[in-house]
Amino acid sequence: MIDRRLFTHFDWAILSVILGLICIGFASIYSATHIHMPMIYTKDMYWIGIGAGMMLLAIIFSYSYLERFAYIIYGSSIALLISVFFIGSSFSGAKRWISLGFFTLQPSEFAKIALIIMLAKYFNEKLISDKGMGLKDLAVPAVIMIIPFLLIAKQPDLGTGIILWMIFWSMAFVVKIRTRVIMGLGAFFAALAPFGWMFLKDYQKARITSFMSPESDPLGSGYHVMQSKIAIGSGGFLGKGFMEGTQGKLMFLPEHHTDFIFAVLAEEWGLIGAMVVLGLFLALIISGINTAGSSKDRFGFLVAFGITSMFFWQVFINLGMVAGIMPVVGVPLPFISYGGSFLITSMIAAGILLNINMRRFIF
Amino acid sequence: MSSSYFKDKEPREFKGRVFAATVLVGTAFFILLFRFWYLQVKEHAYYKELSENNATRLIKAVAPRGIIYDRLGIKIAENRPGFDLYIIPEDVKDWARTKQMLTSLIEIDEETINERLDKSKKRPPFQAVKLKEDLSWDETVRVESAKFEIPGIMLDVAPKRSYVFGEATAHLLGYLGEINEKELKERETEGNGYSPGDLTGKYGLEKFYEKDLRGVDGGKEIEVDALGRKIRVVNWIPPYPGNNMKLTIDIRTQVAAWIALKDKVGAAVAMDPKTGKVLAMVSTPTFDPNALSTGISKDEWKELIENPLNVMNNRAVQGQYPPASTYKPIHAAAALEEGVITPETKIMSGPSFWFAGRAYRDWKEEGHGIINVHRAIVESSDTFFYQVGLKLGIDRLADYTKRFGFGTKTGVPIHNEKAGLVPSSEWKKKTYKVKWYEGETISVSVGQGYMLTTPLQLLNAYAAIANGGTLWRPLLVEEVTTPDGKSVSKPVIEKRGELGISEKTMWHVRDGLRGVTHDDGGTARFLSRTTDLKIAGKTGTAQVSKLIKRTKNVESIAYKIRDHAWFAGFAPYDDPQIAVVVIVEHGGFGASAAAPVARELFKAYLSKAEDAAGIETAPAPATPIPGGPTVIPISTGSPKPAPAPEEAHD
Repeated sequence: MIDRRLFTHFDWAILSVILGLICIGFASIYSATHIHMPMIYTKDMYWIGIGAGMMLLAIIFSYSYLERFAYIIYGSSIALLISVFFIGSSFSGAKRWISLGFFTLQPSEFAKIALIIMLAKYFNEKLISDKGMGLKDLAVPAVIMIIPFLLIAKQPDLGTGIILWMIFWSMAFVVKIRTRVIMGLGAFFAALAPFGWMFLKDYQKARITSFMSPESDPLGSGYHVMQSKIAIGSGGFLGKGFMEGTQGKLMFLPEHHTDFIFAVLAEEWGLIGAMVVLGLFLALIISGINTAGSSKDRFGFLVAFGITSMFFWQVFINLGMVAGIMPVVGVPLPFISYGGSFLITSMIAAGILLNINMRRFIF
Repeated sequence: MSSSYFKDKEPREFKGRVFAATVLVGTAFFILLFRFWYLQVKEHAYYKELSENNATRLIKAVAPRGIIYDRLGIKIAENRPGFDLYIIPEDVKDWARTKQMLTSLIEIDEETINERLDKSKKRPPFQAVKLKEDLSWDETVRVESAKFEIPGIMLDVAPKRSYVFGEATAHLLGYLGEINEKELKERETEGNGYSPGDLTGKYGLEKFYEKDLRGVDGGKEIEVDALGRKIRVVNWIPPYPGNNMKLTIDIRTQVAAWIALKDKVGAAVAMDPKTGKVLAMVSTPTFDPNALSTGISKDEWKELIENPLNVMNNRAVQGQYPPASTYKPIHAAAALEEGVITPETKIMSGPSFWFAGRAYRDWKEEGHGIINVHRAIVESSDTFFYQVGLKLGIDRLADYTKRFGFGTKTGVPIHNEKAGLVPSSEWKKKTYKVKWYEGETISVSVGQGYMLTTPLQLLNAYAAIANGGTLWRPLLVEEVTTPDGKSVSKPVIEKRGELGISEKTMWHVRDGLRGVTHDDGGTARFLSRTTDLKIAGKTGTAQVSKLIKRTKNVESIAYKIRDHAWFAGFAPYDDPQIAVVVIVEHGGFGASAAAPVARELFKAYLSKAEDAAGIETAPAPATPIPGGPTVIPISTGSPKPAPAPEEAHD
């Protein structure tokens, strides 16, 4: 199974980028939590350890197994999502977690990888005309995405739901959608939004706005963004120095070690730190796209592209939200935000990327 | 299959769109970079000023705890508004003057102020530190009028816990206290943000149901002027109240029990034998939960915990005592069921029983004569049960005793419940590495010796006798609901076990208990003379010291070595609605010290029908009054409780 040639093709650069991001993440979590919640960073070390093990597994076994077991992977992820409603534990109103004793599992995170694998298998086996997919061709893959999307949106976890949506469109786009369909759908959604809004009752509108922001009241999320902007802006070019930040640690920012961790980082490391992190993410995404382009088969291409799109949208939405140019939806920052299931999922995804990359010449 | 399809199609198939994606990524990153440059370089000065000269202050908005009701919906724990005093150290200009002003305006010493500031050293800047909780009205007025002279001082309203019935429910509900470092560490991983200074349930149901009762705190962002004085509330994240809780407790019975017991040391518990729902749970001596929850001085606290009577001990579930004669009905059930005796078997029960060269005395100096098991229960003969116990043997006795739930925790939702002890030959071998002596069986057969029970365990067993053989898990909570009334959880009625004893045997036992209060010569005969509640039950007098000479004049014996007094029973005997257990520590005889207390519980609960409406509409006192319970009309029909003939107290 392990070919010696695999070693020579292994991309150490991507691995270093990922390890760099994890180190930066750990340092930021430590800085943000060591005073008030010293358990958090100790737990983060366990997650990193478990994540490393899972990543190794994701590298070793050839990704062709993923295609063979796609139905099982997808089916069990749906089963896990359903089970959350029965055995899940709720925290501040949302049922997302399954308690496994020593840690809690968040199945919506794993659903992202399952969706990528399932869509890749579907698109791989589907013959598509040169003009691209029409509306009819999009129906089946849309259903594949909608099932986990609805289950996750019901928890409710809008952030992860949006990521599923973005993964689907990115993969469908790269497979090719007819230009007419792209334009038609774009116009359709744009026209539908205000029209639908008018027909909604006041409380439904309120429900949608609260759905859009996990804090459930605009004042609450507006407050987060303001505090986040003050933290980032006061960091300046060079930053206040490691563990010297004051704004980001405010206990008033409950997500200061999860969704808003970048505010802590940018406050303490300044624009220099922000640029380093941006650079590392850009390197990860560009090499992900290259991995896709050089992969030996269509399935590999689609999985690599799907994973890369997942990373990209998470980074873009999270940083946009922290910097106040996007609405607050709960999307964490890959490798940096605190969260066990999230970190492990990201590391598995990175492992699959490395897997596809190193087997690009082996048929 | 896929690779061949891929090989001739891929390069041209995907290339254009991959390039488009790369361009999109590049653009997105450029936008982000530009945005960070804008925030961190272009607008840096503005945000830096905001962060340094933060014109807003943060104050936690404490969530009101869930309200606790009794079984009929009467509020027994609620929240009232109270003022807290905060200080924002960043705004203080002159510490010496501030401290001097504070100590003169409110009741606080400099040491306490320093301690408070020390504790919150790690807080984020510009966050308020709580200096004193729940100011008195005078203090509030004084601070309010002087606040412009002391920059950095702030008053804020927060909900304070109020226990409507005060001491009567102290051990049951518990009290609140500031979270300590150990608790803070334990709860860190739960994620629902406790921070130093927060209140948490420390005892009783407040502690057990902390997660349900505590809501989610909100916060206020307050804009202040250059002196740190409040201008307006900029931002307000409302707190979310905790869940409400309806108990199985009947507050009327609870208060009656407390009034009857308040000058004694002991416990009283009551249960619905049909469901296992606990109707009352009182332990004395008690404390004032209202004073304790809003903070008491160190000296007061010290006095409380150093009290030799062990105030912070819920005797109903933590006190372990020999059951003494209240154990006899259980013993009788075992003997009848095993066929060691029949209801007709008559045994000579003299003033003492000789075994292995030692005399085992009966409490009655003249003895009982030749009697059957019914009379043995009615007259509480010791010598009768000594002989039956020897025939039955310790291990058979232990087996039956365990079936009644002794020796294991009942599982009531209160922390630190004790398990009691059921001795057996195996237990002795394990614990003391010596064999069991038959002489010890004699002690156990009348509920003395190693045998230990909590009042709640004994109640559980008597409820099983009353209902014909089902051992319930004691319930305290009827339902937990959200603030807007949706049901969160509803504990189910649950069996701990079935006794597995025939209905015929159980009938004889119950009839014996009826005889105790109704037959001539019964040890609690007065209960049927002074009430018509059809009470059945058993008295008990647990020996504390073997050396004392038995005498009716309890007062002549030193307090510490006086016997504990028990009463356990249920009523009405033909359709039991309530089972009651009372223990009075060092109270002397069960009949004279414990039974009159039990009678008050029976009365309060069973005469409820005609008066239930009255208590429901009775307005709860707006402010907690010391000794609050007395405002509730308790005694119903009879103007004065008839005195028990042998009552030694009052």
